Formats: sequence, structure tokens, C-alpha cells
Amino acid sequence: MEKLFPKLQIINENGEWNDETYRGEITEELTKELYTKMLRSRLFDRKGVNLQRQGRIGTYVPFEGQEASQIGSAMAMGEGDWMFPTYRDHAATMTFGHSLKTLFLYWKGRQEGCIPPEGKNIFPPAVPIASQLLHATGAAWAEKLKGTDRASIVYFGDGATSEGDFHEGLNFASVFNAPVIFFNQNNGFAISVPIEKQMKSKTIAQKAVAYEMEGVRLDGNDVFAVYFHTRTAVERARKGEGPTLIEAVTWRYGAHTTADDPSKYRNQDESTSRREMTDPILRLERFMKNENMWDEKWAADLQESLTAEIEAAVKEMEETPAPHYNDVFDHVFAENPWPIESQKKAYAHSRGDR
Amino acid sequence: MTTAVDTKKLTMVQAVTDGMRVMMKEQENVIVLGEDVGQNGGVFRATDGLVAEFGEKRVIDTPLAESGIIGTSIGLAMNGFKPIAEMQFLGFIYPAFNQIMTHASRIRARTLGAFTVPMVIRAPFGAGVRAPEIHSDSVEALFTGMPGMKVVVPSNPYDAKGMLISAIEDPDPVLFLEPMRCYRSTKMDVPDGKYNVPLGKAARLQEGDDVTVFAYGAMIDVVMKAAKTAEEKGINCDVIDLRSLYPLDKEMIAESVQKTGRAVIVHEAPGTGGLGETIMSLINDTSFLYMKAPIERVTGFDTPVPMFALEDHYLPSAERVVQAIEKVTQF
Repeated sequence: MEKLFPKLQIINENGEWNDETYRGEITEELTKELYTKMLRSRLFDRKGVNLQRQGRIGTYVPFEGQEASQIGSAMAMGEGDWMFPTYRDHAATMTFGHSLKTLFLYWKGRQEGCIPPEGKNIFPPAVPIASQLLHATGAAWAEKLKGTDRASIVYFGDGATSEGDFHEGLNFASVFNAPVIFFNQNNGFAISVPIEKQMKSKTIAQKAVAYEMEGVRLDGNDVFAVYFHTRTAVERARKGEGPTLIEAVTWRYGAHTTADDPSKYRNQDESTSRREMTDPILRLERFMKNENMWDEKWAADLQESLTAEIEAAVKEMEETPAPHYNDVFDHVFAENPWPIESQKKAYAHSRGDR
Repeated sequence: MTTAVDTKKLTMVQAVTDGMRVMMKEQENVIVLGEDVGQNGGVFRATDGLVAEFGEKRVIDTPLAESGIIGTSIGLAMNGFKPIAEMQFLGFIYPAFNQIMTHASRIRARTLGAFTVPMVIRAPFGAGVRAPEIHSDSVEALFTGMPGMKVVVPSNPYDAKGMLISAIEDPDPVLFLEPMRCYRSTKMDVPDGKYNVPLGKAARLQEGDDVTVFAYGAMIDVVMKAAKTAEEKGINCDVIDLRSLYPLDKEMIAESVQKTGRAVIVHEAPGTGGLGETIMSLINDTSFLYMKAPIERVTGFDTPVPMFALEDHYLPSAERVVQAIEKVTQF
């Protein structure tokens, strides 16, 4: 099966061409845009971990190492499309339209962190595993029923493929030919359980065969491979040619969450060595150097401006006024039924509010 | 001057079908989906004829997957459709519980209203029709205890159609429970066109001053028989059909028990954690000083609904309800 679903690459770990099909489209402008977005998300991620360590936000879910998978795929989506992230996909959602402030607010425990900007169809992060595959299928199916060419992309990890909703999502999408991109980030671990204990199959992409849909396995740390192959899947979906299952093979360097210690279940030396060998940002840097796109001053200025942007977002997050407790009560139903209304009044009274 | 309204004598299941038909005609975005709802018209024929009238794009036979039905309905609902998702039996809803609990009922709250899922889940429920095991569960309390869900139960054809139309028009997810025992037990004049029976409102089925009897769904028939027996013994019952389990009709519950001072609550769901406990606490909150006797409950047992050779033992009977009525009046 690994032979049937080879890990597609466009550039290799040394930043050299492996597949020149897209050479004409890989411009300096595109490359710099991808690099900028990846560096932006990495700096954001590191800031998130730091803020958690300082007690300035709650538990945080890091994604460092998975930038190419998330950004390459999000870049392949268009205006009006739908995105269904998990709690680890802030790089994807910031690429698709979330502000950094919104993402920090989410980890600050604020409901506002679930709300996309006007006109951006970004669903709140799915916390239950694999449930969101069905929402993406339903939203895509709705677009098909409306006769538009809009598509959905849904993110999930390797552990999600063991859940029933993974299979129900693929099956429904296949039966109804819904325009969905099922984007799996196979980072090797579902918290502490390695993929070898998660499934007997050698690849996740091969599971597409059972559902008579396209299955693609690619190097999730090669941002070009992710971008162009996802774009192909999106084009297919828009043309009514149905869903695609993409397996992006990647790695998370850090813990599952800031509440977790990865040294308990894996050899962290491997993570350290991967930083040198397979890192998605370093690979793009090597490619840019090979192609004479690299400019030290540009890189230094970029680092500086992104750091300033992130610091400004942290400041905005921290200066956001505390939410009013009525937000607990006022958004459960369109109109409060009496039990909630009476609880709201009683709580206000207990606080001495009128 | 009154306006004549055309009516038809319909069973409850026919009234349910008619409610869907009226709303599908009125609103293009109303769709029906579930297992066997298309050509077969549903296991109880509740969707009979809809596929012929509205086509396979709006009456959709889905794969056999309850979580899939509810999960995709969530996606459809938040993207402009009004799905009416059918569970073949309430006892089959468990694989979909996660989708309902973690998403359908709380998307609005999680996003401060930026995303909503206006959908209806229809599910036949209850014992007494000699169904195989698992088919007869009354687990409405799982959903009345779920923040963000409305739960309603009609007990007659008129209410079934009017409440279903209200549920379809409701901007929030509604679990619409259909008591199987009532599906074909009676026919009633049901208006042809659109009308609403509001959610959140109970109905008084019989006036009485001695004791209030609360019930819903298939238990209405049981308590009406019990009330008749009680009347022969000189006890007049105020019989309230709750109809809406979340939210409850607080005003009518309080008004009735403040008049009678006594209450019997009847449901076939298990007693522990059942709706009866919620009603008791509501009476405690609103009407404690009016009460002349402790409240009695007649409920199913804290056991799985047995296979049908034993289900008559499980189900509250009119005799048990009469005993409870006598107990509270003789206290």
C-alpha cells in the first residue's frame, strides 16, 4: 500500500527539486508568501507556549513542525469556502482569515475566539475527535444542493481515523459526492499512542479506497506539495468530482498540549534531529537559498515585523475588556427560555446587580 | 364571524407527515433525511409520499449511521438548510448522542450566536407497541438535561402537526418525540393548512379541583382513564398534558397545583433523573406553601425497558395512577 500511495514531494529536505511539474508556478512571490505565513505561525505558536508558561493564557495546543501542512492546505482554499479545524489548527485558520488576536482570545478562554471575521466560514475548533468531518460534509453537501462551486476542508489527526465519525464522514461524502477535502495531518502520535498502535494499515490515504474516493499521501513538511496537491483536490471538488482524502505526513516537535510531557512516551532526540532534517521552514529557506530568493535583510526585517505583529496581538488580547457574565446566558437559544432567564436574574441579584 | 377551516380526520402519524409537507411546500430549504425515509416512507410511514412530491434532493435516504445523519444535518443547518432528521427509534439515537451533545446543542453558545443549527430531530419513542428490545426506550431526560436543546412531545394528531410546524420554524435544535403508541390510536380533525401549536406551552385536558395529574405522550391516555376512575370515586382531576419537556410550562404547572394543592406526575421513563424530579422541584420553587400532600410519581422503573413479554409490568398503568391519586387525596 505504501507503494500505491507514495509520499509525494515537490522539494526534498535539502530544498532541491524532486518534481518540477510546478516549477513555472513556484514564483518568488508565492515562495515568500508561504515562508512569511509559516514563520508568522511559528512565532505565534512559540508565543502561545510562552504565554501559557507565564500563566497569561490557559492550556495551549502547539503545532510547531506542522506549519507546511496547515498553511499549504489553507492557501489552496478560496473565498466562500468552508474550514473545519481542530484545536491544533491555528496556522490553518490564521491563514484563512482569523486574526491573531482572535486566536489568542480562544486560548484565553474567550468565546470570541470561536467567531470568524465577517464573510469567513471558519467553524470553531472541534474538540471531540472526528465529529467535525460530518459537519464539513454537511456544509459541503449544502453548497452542492445550492448549486455553488464552494468546497469544505476539514482537518483531523491520525487518531481521528479510529473514530466512527471518520468513517461516517467519508462514507456520507462519497455517497453524496460532496465537495470536501478531508485533510489528515499524520503527526505520528495521538497524544501518547504511536500510529503503529493506532492502526494496522501502513497509510491513512489508502482508507480512501474503501470509499471510492481519491486518496493522496504527501510529505506534509513540503509546503509546495501540500499547496499544489490540495489545490488539485479543491479543483476536483469544485467540478463535482467528489471528495478527496489527503494524508499529510508531518511531525509535532512538542507536546500534545502544554499540559502534557512527550518525554514520557517518545524519544525526544528524534524530535530534535527532525528539526535539522525535515523542518518545513528550514527546508523552504534552503530552497530559497538554492534558487537565489533568499535575502538576509529581508529575512531579518520579516522576523522583526512578525514579532511586532504578534506582540501587538498579545497586547490587544490582554486589553480586551472582560466579558460580561450575561454572555453565559444569552446565546444558548435565540430567545431565553424561562429557566435560563430566571437563573440569569438570580445570578445578577446574587451579585447585587440590578 | 368565524372563518371555516378545512380539516381532515388524521392519525398522529399522518398529521406528522402533513406538518412536514406543509413546511416543505412553504420553505425550499426544509429537507428530510434519515434511514429509509425516501421510497419506503420511514419505518412508520411518517415520510410516506414526500419523496414523490419533493424529490430525492429534499427527501434523502441516508446511509445507516445515526451520528452521520445528525453530524451532516448540523453542517446543512448552519449552511442554510432546515434539516428534519429522522431517527428510526429514540433507542437508536445513542450513536448520535455525541453530535447532539457536543455540537448541535452548543454551537450557538460557543460562537455567541455567530453559528446556529436550526434543525429538528424526529424520533418515535416509548413502550407498549410490542417492539423488539432497545426500540422502546424513553430517554427524554438525557436531552432535557442537555443545555441548548428543546424537547417536545405531542399526544394527539392536532398537536403533532402544529407543534412540528413550530419546531421546524424554531431557530434552535428541537428534539421532536413521537409516542409510538399514539401514532394510530386515534383520529382527529386536523386543519389542512399551516397552523402553530406553540412550544413551551402545556395543555389542560380536563378541569378538576382535587388533584393535578401531569403526563405527556402515550401516558395521556393512561391518565385520562385513571382520571375517569377517580371521578367515579368522587375525585376531580386537573389533567395537564405537558407537551413541552424543555422548557416546561412553569405558569400552568404552578397555577394548577396552587388550585388543587396535590400533584401526581406520570411518565414511563425511569424515575431517577426523570422529568418528574424536575417538576417536583419546580412545584417546590413556586408552590410549596399551597401543597396539601407530598407529590406522588408514577414512573417506569430504574431498569432497562424489558422485552415485550414484560413491558406491561414496566409501564405505568391506570390502576397505579389511580392508587397515586387516592394516596395524595387521602393524605
